[in-house]
Amino acid sequence: MMLSKGLKRKREEEEEEEPEKEALAVDTWWLDPRLPAVAQAPPAVPSNSLLDLSVLKLHHSLRQSEPDLRHLVLLVNTLRRIQASMEPEATLPSVPSPPEAPGVAADSLLASSDAALSASMASLLEDLSHIEGLSQAPQPLVDEGPPGRPSGGAPPGLGALDLLGPATGCLLDDELEGLFEDIDTSMYDSELWAPASEGLKPGPEDGPGKEEGLELDEAQLDYLLDVLVGTQALERPPGPGR
Amino acid sequence: MVTLRCQLGWAKGMPGSLTETDIGPSVVSPLDRVTPPSCKRQMMGPLSFITMNWGACPGHTMVLQPSERHNRDWSHGRLGPWCSPTGSPAPLSCETGCGEGSWILVCRLLVPTQVSLLSMEEDIDTRKINNSFLRDHSYATEADIISTVEFNHTGELLATGDKGGRVVIFQREQESKNQVHRRGEYNVYSTFQSHEPEFDYLKSLEIEEKINKIRWLPQQNAAYFLLSTNDKTVKLWKVSERDKRPEGYNLKDEEGRLRDPATITTLRVPVLRPMDLMVEATPRRVFANAHTYHINSISVNSDYETYMSADDLRINLWNFEITNQSFNIVDIKPANMEELTEVITAAEFHPHHCNTFVYSSSKGTIRLCDMRASALCDRHTKFFEEPEDPSNRSFFSEIISSISDVKFSHSGRYIMTRDYLTVKVWDLNMENRPIETYQVHDYLRSKLCSLYENDCIFDKFECVWNGSDSVIMTGSYNNFFRMFDRNTKRDVTLEASRENSKPRAILKPRKVCVGGKRRKDEISVDSLDFSKKILHTAWHPSENIIAVAATNNLYIFQDKVN
Repeated sequence: MMLSKGLKRKREEEEEEEPEKEALAVDTWWLDPRLPAVAQAPPAVPSNSLLDLSVLKLHHSLRQSEPDLRHLVLLVNTLRRIQASMEPEATLPSVPSPPEAPGVAADSLLASSDAALSASMASLLEDLSHIEGLSQAPQPLVDEGPPGRPSGGAPPGLGALDLLGPATGCLLDDELEGLFEDIDTSMYDSELWAPASEGLKPGPEDGPGKEEGLELDEAQLDYLLDVLVGTQALERPPGPGR
Repeated sequence: MVTLRCQLGWAKGMPGSLTETDIGPSVVSPLDRVTPPSCKRQMMGPLSFITMNWGACPGHTMVLQPSERHNRDWSHGRLGPWCSPTGSPAPLSCETGCGEGSWILVCRLLVPTQVSLLSMEEDIDTRKINNSFLRDHSYATEADIISTVEFNHTGELLATGDKGGRVVIFQREQESKNQVHRRGEYNVYSTFQSHEPEFDYLKSLEIEEKINKIRWLPQQNAAYFLLSTNDKTVKLWKVSERDKRPEGYNLKDEEGRLRDPATITTLRVPVLRPMDLMVEATPRRVFANAHTYHINSISVNSDYETYMSADDLRINLWNFEITNQSFNIVDIKPANMEELTEVITAAEFHPHHCNTFVYSSSKGTIRLCDMRASALCDRHTKFFEEPEDPSNRSFFSEIISSISDVKFSHSGRYIMTRDYLTVKVWDLNMENRPIETYQVHDYLRSKLCSLYENDCIFDKFECVWNGSDSVIMTGSYNNFFRMFDRNTKRDVTLEASRENSKPRAILKPRKVCVGGKRRKDEISVDSLDFSKKILHTAWHPSENIIAVAATNNLYIFQDKVN
């Protein structure tokens, strides 16, 4: 089949989903019916399934630990469009208002989802702004003058970076730390391992690493290493003398 | 009884340039993937590194001998100095080993207490790898998915970043007179782990290590510099070569042991001897903690001293030398987040004017800003927006108008934008509409609802100019990518896939059939594979060489040589 297997619905009482092969046909029912160009479009109200789908997506997106802001904003704007076309006479509330329209199922669903939507969106976006206030470490400075102007005539700063590197060609002791800087060492930077070695650096994931690192004790690992090392130990035959 | 898994591989100096060497049944993979994310997710126990020096080696047969110093050191989880095969410490040198180079065997012990293949899938579900919960994934190689591709300014190097935080740099072979038909192929030059997954304790969030963008700095000395960024942190990497080493120390003997000064009777001057080429990558600057939202773009300024990084709501200007300060030059965050309706999707500096940059939005608009006007560029100098076509209006109009990429032409006269269905070229002097619009896959216009359902409508495609700004290229689905010649107005659809392209074979143009009658070579819209999308492509700055990233494969295509 062309596209996905279909929407995974959570709610049992969903109306029947359009069969997949209909989705492959040209579907115009969701085109905005207020415009004259879409004369051939069927009903003026978008199908409930589009609204439900959008709400479902929005809730899923909001439930992410760190939602993708672009995705969220596009979803919300699309939902607002859908809602606007479903209730063209009502103004779009940013604050949830109680559903006053009588019992068309779509309306109550719309209002409740709108309320939930607005509430979720509002709370989420508020959370984002709170968190931002907490987590900004160095505050970005605002320069008085135009910051984009290059310092006139100065040689590019990158030349200076070269001076920081070691000039020798062979790997000396100090460099060995750098050799493995990109290797994740967080898993064993825990009390299980004697931290006395001078080269040890704390890894970025100290938290999760520690809990999982204490499963085996040192004696067990000693044994395992000896097994490995013992099977690999071999004599080196005399070389041609280098 | 614990099952021991061991990964063995060869590291030549830095884990940057490696070769695959089979040394026994315990080898799992070459060690260029020193932190393969798939292992990380499965592994529940601690990691342990040991090194073993190697004994004699005719050719590539390596014999392993543990150094006695390391028998105890492993528990520290760190490596001590290298040891010569006799067991005494020595610096790494050509003498240790078979003389072909300084090879180090690095072994990583994986001691899982619980290995469960299912746990990997659950892990992926709880980690937000992507937004869609409706699509199928190929979990096994998720970390290898290429997320950015970029040639450097001469085209000699090609960098790729992947979802696992790795950067792989390819270098073009020097063209030799002997092999004229080989026009310089690209081989792996360096591999390094640029970003690691991090944990933001304040927000209880994991920060993905996926490389969102790589941008090269113009070369100013023998070393190469590039910027790579994930969602939150930009890093400046230096990639440099070593092909000489000093030999003939006075205070150390052949194997690096300190000599008793009393035994030294003569002195000699150390000389530089050639060694096997070693490529090393070192992080030179880390620019962190300046973005609350996800970084989507970085762009090096033409002054080569500053660069900008853009997230969903803000753009910051950095100086390469200064990592603890950045200037905020664009901020579109509303005072009340409930009023948020638009985000920044891409940003780029003008190629020649260091005070000018553009940024695109999720509403299909582009703003050009001049940093000389004010410190905070909230008021644009130019505003590019095409009025909506009423005949194409739908509920998805805004989503498909969201610009996913914006690129200046090399000349600096035009900008190109990519939205979901089209590529547009704008003249900087005309703000009310683009001068050219190219349909990438208009046959999807009638399928937007399904594409919304499976989240494909949110895919972010990139676009690129060729060196002369005469051809533009962008990706599509089914591993198709499209090229548009701006002068002849001709376009072509090509496919990047292993089945259809053998080395040196000419790519066959593809066609998607939209009507009822399908010709032999055409593909119908319904059989397109929407999980195979080409989001990232790159074009050599001066030649007709393109790099196309198809999920976890990189394809490099060149013009046919006569």
